[in-house]
Amino acid sequence: MALIEISNLHVSVEGKEILKGIDLFINAGEVHAIMGPNGSGKSTLSYVLSGREGYEVTQGSISLSGEDLLAMEPDARARAGIFLAFQYPLEIPGVATSTFLKTALNAKRRAQGLDEIDAMEFLNLVKGKMKELEISTDMIKRPLNVGFSGGEKKRAEVLQMSLLEPQFAILDETDSGLDIDALKVVSDGVNALRGPERSFLVITHYQRLLNYIVPDFVHVLVGGRIVESGGKELAEMLEAEGYARFENTKAA
Amino acid sequence: MAATQQTIAAVQETEKYKYGWQTEIESDLAPKGLSEDIVRFISAKKEDPEWMLEWRLKAYKMWLTQADQEPSWAKLDFPKIDYQDAYYYAAPKLGDAPESLDEVDPKLRETYDKLGIPLLEQEMLAGVAVDAVFDSVSVATTYKKKLNEMGVIFCSISEAIKEHPDLVKKYMGTVVPYSDNFFATLNSAVFTDGSFVYIPKGLRCPMELSTYFRINEKNTGQFERTLIIADEGSHVSYLEGCTAPQRDENQLHAAVVELIALDDAEIKYSTVQNWYPGDENGKGGIYNFVTKRAACRGKNSKVTWTQVETGSAITWKYPSCILQGDNSVGEFYSVAITNNHQQADTGTKMIHLGKNTRSKIIAKGISAGQSNSTYRGLVRIQPKADGARNFTQCDSLLIGNKCGAHTVPYIESRNPTALTEHEATTSKISDDQMFYCQQRGMNPEEAVSLIVNGFCKEVLQTLPMEFAVEAQKLVGISLEGSVG
Repeated sequence: MALIEISNLHVSVEGKEILKGIDLFINAGEVHAIMGPNGSGKSTLSYVLSGREGYEVTQGSISLSGEDLLAMEPDARARAGIFLAFQYPLEIPGVATSTFLKTALNAKRRAQGLDEIDAMEFLNLVKGKMKELEISTDMIKRPLNVGFSGGEKKRAEVLQMSLLEPQFAILDETDSGLDIDALKVVSDGVNALRGPERSFLVITHYQRLLNYIVPDFVHVLVGGRIVESGGKELAEMLEAEGYARFENTKAA
Repeated sequence: MAATQQTIAAVQETEKYKYGWQTEIESDLAPKGLSEDIVRFISAKKEDPEWMLEWRLKAYKMWLTQADQEPSWAKLDFPKIDYQDAYYYAAPKLGDAPESLDEVDPKLRETYDKLGIPLLEQEMLAGVAVDAVFDSVSVATTYKKKLNEMGVIFCSISEAIKEHPDLVKKYMGTVVPYSDNFFATLNSAVFTDGSFVYIPKGLRCPMELSTYFRINEKNTGQFERTLIIADEGSHVSYLEGCTAPQRDENQLHAAVVELIALDDAEIKYSTVQNWYPGDENGKGGIYNFVTKRAACRGKNSKVTWTQVETGSAITWKYPSCILQGDNSVGEFYSVAITNNHQQADTGTKMIHLGKNTRSKIIAKGISAGQSNSTYRGLVRIQPKADGARNFTQCDSLLIGNKCGAHTVPYIESRNPTALTEHEATTSKISDDQMFYCQQRGMNPEEAVSLIVNGFCKEVLQTLPMEFAVEAQKLVGISLEGSVG
């Protein structure tokens, strides 16, 4: 049994079909990349996996370790190990980043039957992770994402991911808005989390990110369908040739 | 367990309105209704001196002349109150007045234990001195002796009238005269208990003083009166908490609080108001009509009001500052949360009289369910208040689409050197914010509580530590069921 099994998935948004029959199996420990032009349904896939409202599954199924993922509320999915690194992380005014992180961590610990984390233990844990991600420690005192630069927001997403240790992480255009140095730090953070138990779905428009987070599989999403799958060399080919070839396939 | 932890633990256990139980205790009730005889009855029960009775009667006569004229300018909708259909005096039967805390009726002690209020003096470490008011009577004041040694007077107002008549006569009614408004006039006639505090010159009161008000008896109004005087150069922090049992009928609470700060004195007055708000259909709940006002009488004096209002079916409350002394400062920090069918019309008045007086208003209103929350505030700068400054910030947060938030600021400046600033925002908790929090594993109620606490942070952080924790939990509890 694969960790994530997506079968014949059709999804509509406001009555318009965006995903038109996706099949995707992701085993534990694998990194899959989804590439595709704008409007191909990449973000829709990430939202339907994480349970955002407004995405109607008209056909097909998604399971997580054999459990029906679509029957679960978004917070239950998160506690079961699904993590979405947002393309546009939300601002939560007045809520210190540390408070947010602690609340999220404790929600997960409760679900696992663990006690809430001790304040000192938490602080040491976060500080260690921040150091790895080259995040200045004053950031955790600031309200979450408020006034953060693009790079800070993405680092904060990876910080949350590394703290919550998900089973399955979706990175939605995590490279957008990052300069090359930030891209490297963020990628190092993600790579540090790779392991035999954890899987990733890396959604990106550009091949650049995949130089740093090297995928096991690459899928090309065009017009709501996976039109080709392959190894990391597929991404390199796309970088050279663009999506034009697949656009034509779709039209045909 | 230390008192603070006890309070926190008590709050943590809370589901919905946890203070909705009642104590089975025999009460001494005055006959129902309001008349001159009742005023005399209360006065006799309180063993008032003659001057106090006269004051009550003057107020009662004035109230009679306006009996049909409840203030109607607030954005509040409620059926006419029948003032003859309530009891104006209810006292737990105690036998003789307790000489010491050990003699307080165990049932009352149990009540306050349940509320998490430490009445035992062994709770020294808690550092909070408590005056507990049960229906109409103050049942115990802790730490009295220790405070007395420092010259602090902290007792029930009834006791102060008897033991410290000069202080009471000198100050009572000087900030909120008996003729002030309908509810203050009613209170002046029938007030039954409340707290009295006097801080002597130059003393920084080493512990937080606290009053806990509890309405227990059915159909009873609670009319307490609190008077706090901070003499020159003194400093005091005072906390007030309130609860009531869950009842189907509405109960009236009309309190008066007067604060007086002399030269260089500072008073910090914090309230967490959690009177029973009624059920989810709007049945029952407390009608809270309260007049709170401070006089910054001396130069460089300062008064800070912080309130967290989560309870009551109706809240009508405007803690205000009269800034008489030059360089005096008034601050008002407020969080008002309404859910289900609650209505709150609350705010402040900052009256600048002295030179270089400054005021700051931070008001946060959160509306959920089908409730309505209104900020109503007045900033008035009088001609002599050269260099006066005011900063006002009113933020409203809406949860769902059936509730309302309203902001009604009045600014009157009669001095060209004065500066006033007003900022207001209205926002909604966005679906995106909710999704983001849920994607991190928080359930919807946790997410709302976190976002709302962030919204109120500026106000909550002005509360004393032990109250801040309680208030944060209350914020979450009072919004339960507001997201579906």
